[in-house]
Amino acid sequence: MSLTVSNLSAGYDGTPILRDVDCTVEDGEIVGVVGRNGVGKTTLLKSVMGLLKPEAGAVQFNGEDVTAESADVHARSGIGYVPQGRDVFPGLSVEQNLLIGENIGAGEETLYDRVYEYFPILEERADQDAGTMSGGQQQMLAIGRALVGNPDLLLVDEPSEGVQPSIVQSITEDLTRINEELGTTILFVEQNLSVIQGLADRCYAMDHGRMVDELNGEALADRDQLEEYLVV
Amino acid sequence: MIEVAATPLQLSAPSLGALLFQFLNSFGFIILATVGLAIIFGMMGVINLAHGEFILIGVYGTALTYHAGVPLPLAMVAGVVVTTIFGVIVERTVVRHLYDRLLDSMVATWGLALVISQLLLIVFGSSLDSISTPMGSVSYGPFSSSIYRSIFLPIVAVAVLGGLYVLFTRTEFGVKARATIKDPETARAMGVDTDRMYVSTFAIGSALAGLTGALYAPALGSITPNRGSTFLVEAFVAVVVGGPSVIIGTLSASAVLSVFNATGSFFFGTFIGQMLLLLVAIVALRLLPDGITGYVKDWQQRRRAEQ
Repeated sequence: MSLTVSNLSAGYDGTPILRDVDCTVEDGEIVGVVGRNGVGKTTLLKSVMGLLKPEAGAVQFNGEDVTAESADVHARSGIGYVPQGRDVFPGLSVEQNLLIGENIGAGEETLYDRVYEYFPILEERADQDAGTMSGGQQQMLAIGRALVGNPDLLLVDEPSEGVQPSIVQSITEDLTRINEELGTTILFVEQNLSVIQGLADRCYAMDHGRMVDELNGEALADRDQLEEYLVV
Repeated sequence: MIEVAATPLQLSAPSLGALLFQFLNSFGFIILATVGLAIIFGMMGVINLAHGEFILIGVYGTALTYHAGVPLPLAMVAGVVVTTIFGVIVERTVVRHLYDRLLDSMVATWGLALVISQLLLIVFGSSLDSISTPMGSVSYGPFSSSIYRSIFLPIVAVAVLGGLYVLFTRTEFGVKARATIKDPETARAMGVDTDRMYVSTFAIGSALAGLTGALYAPALGSITPNRGSTFLVEAFVAVVVGGPSVIIGTLSASAVLSVFNATGSFFFGTFIGQMLLLLVAIVALRLLPDGITGYVKDWQQRRRAEQ
């Protein structure tokens, strides 16, 4: 697995959001993108996913240029997507939501056993309407749905948003386990410091649609330095 | 509709029986006329005002094949196939540009309806020979009704709804189609080929219209290019009264509307029956603007909020 984003510019209806963004994710890594509201984190993930057509630049996945492909092709080639606000399908049961995720990834293999191991609540509530679950449970379902088809790369958009703190901690641990046990590479965007520090191997900082810094090791462990990119 | 042999204002056992058959006749007709329109509206947010003409293509496909010497059941299959293919072509060329643009879709499909009925008139003339209704009739006292229309078609109608329920809740295709309708962007991000889901759903709606045309080809009496509106009016009213839930909405609206339609038709003639149908629709919309299933959904939500 490898993901390379080069000189990416994207926006909505002619309003530019991302400008000349470069970033790379190597096989097996957990890479974070930190930044305030509105700096372009979600736009970056949507562009990588193929949900938003970039105006310029390129997205390479496993060495192939996939910039022009639509999101369903990205998904089937092995990118799992956990959207901001989770976007589980209301009116469909938990199990049916997971079924939709089976399309992700090229393989025939599905990971129901693993998904139920990480998130037992999804098995207990298999028949419940996904729209009636709590924020934390929906987040688990959204991760499970993106994981069940065994993707190579997981894109996770603000896993802590709208989720109570105790659950945030456990979701962070679950994502780490998924990475370690299944070898799934993870690119996530986040504003919650504990999640960033608990999860990321390294981290990009974004501001005004540009990548302004890259933080490793000590810099990533330094709360004050990270906070710089989050304080308004 | 059923021919009434005598003035039936006194309620005897035979007249109650006739009323029941009139109800079943109307119930089956409204369900079958509605279901294709309801699928396309409920799943895709498009009102297909050419729905009556889609049904008519099913009628013509069946009648022309039948008159060419093919047995009726096979001719019916031909009617369904022709309508489905036509539906896919319309989806690819016109409708795909109009998803979730309700008013635009209505104008475009209304224009399409005019074109289809005029083409049928130009190509096949002012009418086709009718096909005699199979299965004979059942008589009781002074009344008689067609077994085909009052027993066979209502059973088929309920079976079609049952089949759709299974398709959309129990199969992988159905689950993906519903996910696509609820949130196309997320469905696409989960690897669902949403474009294909839209074509398939429209094809199913068209096939159902074709089926309705095929089934009513031998029950229409005269086959003329303007019969499409007969189907569209009842379908439109039933979709509006039924509300957003396709299957339960179609079933409940058909039941309510056919009670009024059958009673009105039985006592005062089909014209009054039709009037009563439209009146009920107006009153229902005044009281339940989101239809029967919209009201039920609201009520459930309120109850959940209270708990």
